[in-house]
Amino acid sequence: MKGQESMTEAARGERENLLEISGLQMHFPITRGVFKRKVGAVRAVDGIDLTVAKGETVGLVGESGCGKSTTGRLMTRILEPTAGKVVFEGRDVSHVGNKGLRPLRRDVQMIFQDPYSSLNPRHTVGSIIAAPLQIQKIPTPKGVKAAVQDLLKLVGLNPEHYNRYPHEFSGGQRQRIGIARALALRPKLIVADEPVSALDVSIQAQVVNLLDDLQKEFDLTYVFIAHDLSVVRHISDRVAVMYLGKIVEIADRDQLYSNPRHPYTVALMSAVPTPDPARRNSAQRNRVLLTGDVPSPINPPSGCRFRTRCWKAQDICATEDPALTARLGDPASHQTACHFPVAEDEVVAGRRPASSNA
Amino acid sequence: MSTDSLAGLTTPAGPAKRPFLEVKDLTVRFNTDDGVVKAVSGSSFAVERGKTLGIVGESGSGKSVTSLAVLGLHRTRSNATVSGEIWLDDKELVTASDEEVRKLRGGKMAMIFQDPLSAMHPYYTVGAQIVEAYRVHHKVSKKEARVRAIDMLARVGIPQPEKRFNEYGHQFSGGMRQRAMIAMALVNDPKLLIADEPTTALDVTVQAQILDLIRDLQQEFGSAVIMITHDLGVVAELADDVLVMYGGKVIERGPAADVFHEPQHPYTWGLLGSMPRLDRELRDRLTPVKGSPPSLINLPSGCAFHPRCPYAGRNGDRSFTETPELRGGVHAVACHLPAEDRQKIYEQEVAPNL
Repeated sequence: MKGQESMTEAARGERENLLEISGLQMHFPITRGVFKRKVGAVRAVDGIDLTVAKGETVGLVGESGCGKSTTGRLMTRILEPTAGKVVFEGRDVSHVGNKGLRPLRRDVQMIFQDPYSSLNPRHTVGSIIAAPLQIQKIPTPKGVKAAVQDLLKLVGLNPEHYNRYPHEFSGGQRQRIGIARALALRPKLIVADEPVSALDVSIQAQVVNLLDDLQKEFDLTYVFIAHDLSVVRHISDRVAVMYLGKIVEIADRDQLYSNPRHPYTVALMSAVPTPDPARRNSAQRNRVLLTGDVPSPINPPSGCRFRTRCWKAQDICATEDPALTARLGDPASHQTACHFPVAEDEVVAGRRPASSNA
Repeated sequence: MSTDSLAGLTTPAGPAKRPFLEVKDLTVRFNTDDGVVKAVSGSSFAVERGKTLGIVGESGSGKSVTSLAVLGLHRTRSNATVSGEIWLDDKELVTASDEEVRKLRGGKMAMIFQDPLSAMHPYYTVGAQIVEAYRVHHKVSKKEARVRAIDMLARVGIPQPEKRFNEYGHQFSGGMRQRAMIAMALVNDPKLLIADEPTTALDVTVQAQILDLIRDLQQEFGSAVIMITHDLGVVAELADDVLVMYGGKVIERGPAADVFHEPQHPYTWGLLGSMPRLDRELRDRLTPVKGSPPSLINLPSGCAFHPRCPYAGRNGDRSFTETPELRGGVHAVACHLPAEDRQKIYEQEVAPNL
């Protein structure tokens, strides 16, 4: 175990960083009145640093509204950040215009959550998948149709279905079409925003396996955004946990799941239902129940943002925002933003819910 | 569990006591332009008071249609035909008049829907809707109903219920909205509660809260609960008995512990294998069921699962021609494979990969 960990760490050291984001912020303005006076801002992403090495899969987890999707959209530069930098292969692309972005689009692609709304219902599958090839003027020696059919075969669809429309496919098949479209340009980085959460369990596993195979075949780098902790564990090398626009904990997969430090990570993991009736009672006893909801990102709590729902919160948490660093003798790759990280043998709050009430 | 103090329940002590809810041979068909949709075919199950039945299956397996049939919600649809028997507390519901079923609905049996935003009326306040639900079944003044509604909102853990009473659905967060839905469903002390994917749209932390709430309320009220979900984790947390549905049929039925520890049907194996789990060692690959769920208009011949079943060829062509019956005692399964073979396959091929 230990040897394996250090090996992956060494491997990452050698690998170059494909994507680096630093101090990334996305504040959506709230306007009022005829003159669109700015009265506030939704701080969807509020200062994120993250590097993605070539060939690895980084998982991004968190509850809805924590800014994980916005982060994904900033990485692909669908959105322009309010502050901070997005550096792809050494080139700062944070504020590049549409024209300058075109080469980036070839290298960075996205898979969307909802396979029903991310495909144009008026276009055939063939033209949907061919679109990126034509826009980027990619030479297709055997013709566009052959290229598209190769892609269809690659994602496990029947190449004869080239002329069908999206509504003729099931959810899982549509998601495969979305994957084929993302793969068409042979990108280096794919940002997958909840690619399997709309699918049935058995189909979900098929798509996860497909993503796995494609990564091996094309040496892809993934940023995998999901709220399902078990799927993220299955697919990721490294996992970042987000809460209210910030990363609260980031670590290698095994580190994070065996030894979560941040109280929020602990709560999140304990909330996942165990598919084993025999362990029902022990699972319930060990569950950390968070009360209330995620606070509003318009007016986040001072200091540590999780303090309003945290059972370990003390005075310092309200005044000082904890830095994201290695805590309690963790390796440098395991960083936690918490003043009172959870130790390995700590008895967690158990069935007693966090004291504060929303 | 607890004795029934409300709703004037009379349970005639018949010679053979029926379970609280018994569904026998329920079949639901929809006539559409494309053909007849066989949404549910011959499904039978029973739930006792104070117990929870989990119904699992993929989308289009007939689990929601089953629950809507119990509530008699297919009556208003002219293209639906429902046959079979539904016995709720010694009363047959399929043949009962609309008026009789309407009286039961929301009173003795209630439902929690998946998407509380669309299940709640946007034009009325949350409080007004709960009051309405209460006054339909109880002859009380508005004032009394209001007290009851606020009490219910407090009971399901909504802070400041007097204030929230006057707010609209969209002003609630997802978790709070689902709580309000539960309050609305429970306001008449239903003896049967059907929850259709109650936590699918929620985050895990909120899901844990809601599941806890349903469990506590069930203990308090002693109602029978039917939990419909595609999440095996949720079923394992709550259910006493489990029903696995595929292509409109019940293919496996049994106590939760048996179904999870000794699953019998290849489809159940597939469901368990598809799921990455936090409580197990990491697997290299998931073992999904190949293919996709069948169309209910044009079900495969024989065993509906045969196109996706890796063991379909083992019984000559029986799987392709003959529909397997649900057989067995407490733990029943609809599969052509002989029990010994199934046992062997599960132990040797399936269990190590779970």
